[in-house]
Amino acid sequence: MSNEIIKVEALAKKYLLQHQQKESYQTFRDSLMQGIRSGLKRTRKMFQNNLSSSSQEEFWALRDIEFSLSPGDRLGIIGRNGAGKSTLLKILSRIVEPTVGRITLRGRVASLLEVGTGFHPELTGRENIFLNGAILGMTRAEIKRKFDEIVAFSETEKFLDTPVKRYSSGMYVRLAFAVAAHLEPEILVVDEVLAVGDSQFQKKCLSKMESISGEGRTILFVSHNMEAVRKLCTKALVLSGGKQMALTSSVESSIDMYLSAGSEPNTAGTWKNSKELDNNSLIHVNSLMIGDSCGNPITSVVRNNDDIWIYVDFYLNSYDPALQVGYGIYGQDDSLLYWTCHTDMPELSWPKAVTGRNVFRSKIPGRLLNEGRYRVDLLVALYNREWIFQPGIGVATISCEILGGLCDSPYWSVRRPGHLAPVLSWENF
Amino acid sequence: MLTEPIIIESGRSARRYWSDLWQYRELFYCLAWRDILVRYKQTVLGIAWSVLRPLATMVVFTLIFGRLAKMSSGQSPYAIMVFAGLLPWQFFSNAFSDASNSLLNSASLLTKVYFPRVIVPATSVLVSLIDFIISFLLLLFMMVFFRFTPDWKIIFVPFLLIWVFAFTLGCGLLISALTVKYRDFRHVVPFLIQFGLYISPVGFSSAVIPEKWKLLYFTNPMAGIVDSFRYAILNEPLFWPGVGFSFAVSIVMLLLGFKYFRMVESSFADQI
Repeated sequence: MSNEIIKVEALAKKYLLQHQQKESYQTFRDSLMQGIRSGLKRTRKMFQNNLSSSSQEEFWALRDIEFSLSPGDRLGIIGRNGAGKSTLLKILSRIVEPTVGRITLRGRVASLLEVGTGFHPELTGRENIFLNGAILGMTRAEIKRKFDEIVAFSETEKFLDTPVKRYSSGMYVRLAFAVAAHLEPEILVVDEVLAVGDSQFQKKCLSKMESISGEGRTILFVSHNMEAVRKLCTKALVLSGGKQMALTSSVESSIDMYLSAGSEPNTAGTWKNSKELDNNSLIHVNSLMIGDSCGNPITSVVRNNDDIWIYVDFYLNSYDPALQVGYGIYGQDDSLLYWTCHTDMPELSWPKAVTGRNVFRSKIPGRLLNEGRYRVDLLVALYNREWIFQPGIGVATISCEILGGLCDSPYWSVRRPGHLAPVLSWENF
Repeated sequence: MLTEPIIIESGRSARRYWSDLWQYRELFYCLAWRDILVRYKQTVLGIAWSVLRPLATMVVFTLIFGRLAKMSSGQSPYAIMVFAGLLPWQFFSNAFSDASNSLLNSASLLTKVYFPRVIVPATSVLVSLIDFIISFLLLLFMMVFFRFTPDWKIIFVPFLLIWVFAFTLGCGLLISALTVKYRDFRHVVPFLIQFGLYISPVGFSSAVIPEKWKLLYFTNPMAGIVDSFRYAILNEPLFWPGVGFSFAVSIVMLLLGFKYFRMVESSFADQI
């Protein structure tokens, strides 16, 4: 096809890991000595018919990457830390050279690997706009033409003649993104810039990027923010350990693949009572577990729109009407969201506790919690008498991570602040 | 697409190099402009530093070599003789030391954006021109002060400036590229500059060098450059074979610096 704007063929990047203990960089003497030593070694090896010696270890940051994009495509690149995303972007923006392979680009590339590249703290906002613009590849005339627009977008009119070292970090980032957002390249390469700034600013950036891509530009976008990828991108590339796992035009399935396949089995979702922590004659709790509706333990990251179930498996020696079984759920900052137990509803609809083994479960409906990591503590008590398992002190505890599947609304694209992110309905009155 | 496609391959930056350099000329101006703006921010004396430094050096040299050691300066006043030599020397030493660290100082740029890397050390050399121009104006003032009339040959100064610029650029490119990989050169550069000051005829006239050592003495291109400046400004006699030799060494230096820089340029981002 001739209308490919980017074509990547068999791309790979190798790094040499040097095994040096003390110095973090090579001194001239080292390399001289190493040269002499390896020369000697090589001659010695030559006699032994073996030429492959090295004190360096090879590391392939990227391997066998292959894709092509047409104008107007928006490619999301997702993967865990160290999967090679940034390396790929750096090669595409010509900062580092590939070791093998070839890329053909038909158009001007602007890369935004960091917000505010080349900003000089001593210079004023006005001066930095010109400087940063030039660094990103704009001409002076172009910057002059867009100057007012950039200033308006950044909301820093009042401080244009103040050195940016006196800026608040928010102003700094806004100004920097404003310059970058007014680039007009055919290909825009963006790395995780949305990770900075407050959520309002993130939203602004995202909508700006959407409008840029609406003009038919090609965007390559790296992010850990799955919602942003889903909203913005038309294709997704999943990287894992430097290899290309999938390239699909179904962003959804790529994200699913990243969320499930990439993660190691999460054993934190199940707690088993191995130490006989409940020393009482009444109840013995076997396990506390996060599972799906069929009772299978959940071992991967949970999507926000899935229901999850909390299972409590316990053995009763005798029935006591004061028994309460439940859990407390905590956010990442240890703040309590709520407690709940099986006796919360009218007495008639309580689950029946019988002498012997019981398994109670309770549903946490989808789209109630926010994205993030949550901790669930077991709660077992005899009403008004004693705690058997008290939540909040970290005795019987499990955790789960929720990522992706936030909401279907076009205006809800990034994680909102707060522990809860319920999707509530609105109607006319 | 209207433009010719960009092809990224290992070891293939060469083809578009010059057109890229032309495309990024605005960045070149911008970086130079930034360095000039930033140079004297938050200083009390500001641009006066560019006047004070050569002036103080000149006074010290004149006192030590001219008054105490009683060295000869031909027909011209010793102060002017020294200053004519300081003119290219200070340009070289400032530009060279700035350029050698320039790549390290802009590490954040090198790892985040693409542009022909030559721009960075070249900017440092270019910015040092400001000091040269200030010093040159200072020299003109001194000539008025000493009632010294320069020779018509002073019109050669711009050409000599191109020479010292080219030589400095060559050294700067080589050392800056080496510094990226071997930080040793950060310690080598101040030493080289100090050493160079002693072996170049800056504080004294090259007339004191014995005839049989002269050609060897001019392997140091700065000797040829300093003497040529004195030839143009003070109409001092010139040792032509030596100057020719110096010129040849400078050209080799420029080519060598550029060649080495081009060779290792693509690996800067990985090594810095």
